[in-house]
Amino acid sequence: MIAPPAELPAPGRVGWADHDLLEVAMGPHHPSTHGVFRMNVVLDGESVAKLTPIFGFLHRNHEKIAERNSYLAAIPYTDRLDYICSMTNNWAYVLTVEKLAGLPVPDRAEYIRVIVGEFTRLFNHACMAGFLLQDMGALGTPLMYAFREREKILDLFEALSGSRMMCNYLRFGGVRCDLPGGWREQAAGVAAAFHPFLDQFEALLSENEILRARTQGVGVLPPALAVNAGVTGPGLRASGVNYDIRKVDQYGIYNRFKFRVPLGARGGDVFDRYMVRILEMRESLAILEQALRDIPEGVFLDPKAKLRNLRPKAGEAYGRIEAPKGELGFYLISDGGPAPYRYRIRPPSLVNLTVLEDMCLGHAIADVVIILGSIDIVLGEVDR
Amino acid sequence: MHTLEEIIARVAAALPGARLEIVPNNSPARQPSLLLEPGRAVEIATFLRDDPQLRFDYASNVTGVDWPEKTVREKVKVKKIVGGMEQEAEELVERKTPGFLEAVYHLYSMALGQGPLILRLRTADRSGQVALPSLTPVWRSCEFQEREIFDLFGVQFQGHPDLRRILMWDNFADHPMRKDYAPAGDQEAQP
Repeated sequence: MIAPPAELPAPGRVGWADHDLLEVAMGPHHPSTHGVFRMNVVLDGESVAKLTPIFGFLHRNHEKIAERNSYLAAIPYTDRLDYICSMTNNWAYVLTVEKLAGLPVPDRAEYIRVIVGEFTRLFNHACMAGFLLQDMGALGTPLMYAFREREKILDLFEALSGSRMMCNYLRFGGVRCDLPGGWREQAAGVAAAFHPFLDQFEALLSENEILRARTQGVGVLPPALAVNAGVTGPGLRASGVNYDIRKVDQYGIYNRFKFRVPLGARGGDVFDRYMVRILEMRESLAILEQALRDIPEGVFLDPKAKLRNLRPKAGEAYGRIEAPKGELGFYLISDGGPAPYRYRIRPPSLVNLTVLEDMCLGHAIADVVIILGSIDIVLGEVDR
Repeated sequence: MHTLEEIIARVAAALPGARLEIVPNNSPARQPSLLLEPGRAVEIATFLRDDPQLRFDYASNVTGVDWPEKTVREKVKVKKIVGGMEQEAEELVERKTPGFLEAVYHLYSMALGQGPLILRLRTADRSGQVALPSLTPVWRSCEFQEREIFDLFGVQFQGHPDLRRILMWDNFADHPMRKDYAPAGDQEAQP
């Protein structure tokens, strides 16, 4: 009989058979990292003893480029941050410029922003659930179901902005062009068809035994740590902290809509983070229904809005929105010139990764993939 | 929401001798900020986080700003004696304001739903070896963002648990977000 080692591993460790630690570099080309992201994982047997995230593979110093260009020229660049959700990136940026320069936004434009923003949230969450299942080994099917629905929304975006993904649609003081004829009816149809899709998606997934076994009790994020580490978005609410910037700041016209903020019920494990997103999609549909019903006629861009050669007077502003991945903030300093003196993006994906190691310690390496998937990152935004 | 004056009064009552200064902001956003002295920044930050009436438990955005040395030209009235007569004349005087680097923290309170409170820390100059206290021990969310300031602006954060470059590669020497940075061999760069 082999005597166990005198020093037993901490509770929760998978095994203690081999105490030689092994360092594995997961990424930058590992398929589960959703881009070029690397995790240096130190393994004790199969369980994670240390995890170091390594960034920067997609770094192009977006901030420096934007500081050389005019305010307007940065809008298409923000599309490439979180390249799944270009509309909300546009929104956070134009919101901050509007704060900095004190520009009004017409009512119709505010409604259009809410509609495209919530559509963005819908397909981001659906795709996140699909990718998470993909990471669990359900290759293809759930993701393709999500992509099929996303395609319908991208068609809407294409009719609106001319581009499926890099929309470049919002402008200071409104949006670039009005809704084309029949768009509203088509959008209402897509939103209405999303309910049965979600029912089907949930029937297939939420009760699934494998999904539950792989996600419940895995990667628990305590609420106190989540707040201190600056985790925002669905990941924070899954830990039970009621903080949704749409409710707290009520930016735009979010005070006009009735919607609830779903919270995690199990203490913040991977299943909670999955479930909160499913529930948030239902709330987004409720907002969409109200916005598509109430949208007024009128101008879509403030007639006095000055797009080219905008020179806000010297000062600074920080603006933030509830992007699908968390708090997306922009911090701009103007010195009165045609280009921002300082242009800073507060990326939700990067800050949410702060707690990746804390969530992974003691779990098997197969769970690391799922925990990372449950944070929902996009590397265009992490590295900027 | 407390005004900055109330916050300063609360901090001064709890931490005697702590100096805080309001930095005005003239933009329509109306977000003035508080300038802290680096020596007591950790103490003040801990108080702001733990005080039951303020509870700024969430540090959202942390970033750096580079303010290079500026030359300000001013007309100054000087008295001169010309031909035995005292005359007033205007003279152009060049004054240099020293450059510095700044770390800016945007704080919110999730518990009380208020914010933002903006803190600023300034270095003495903008040489290669400038240091500021790290607020990562107070708010973990500063960890990666302070590393980014270290990487792109070259501010050493004292007390940071893991101060390494985060976006640029390890052997890279310069700090690209500084205003005077010019990449080697780039003919188009206009620092």
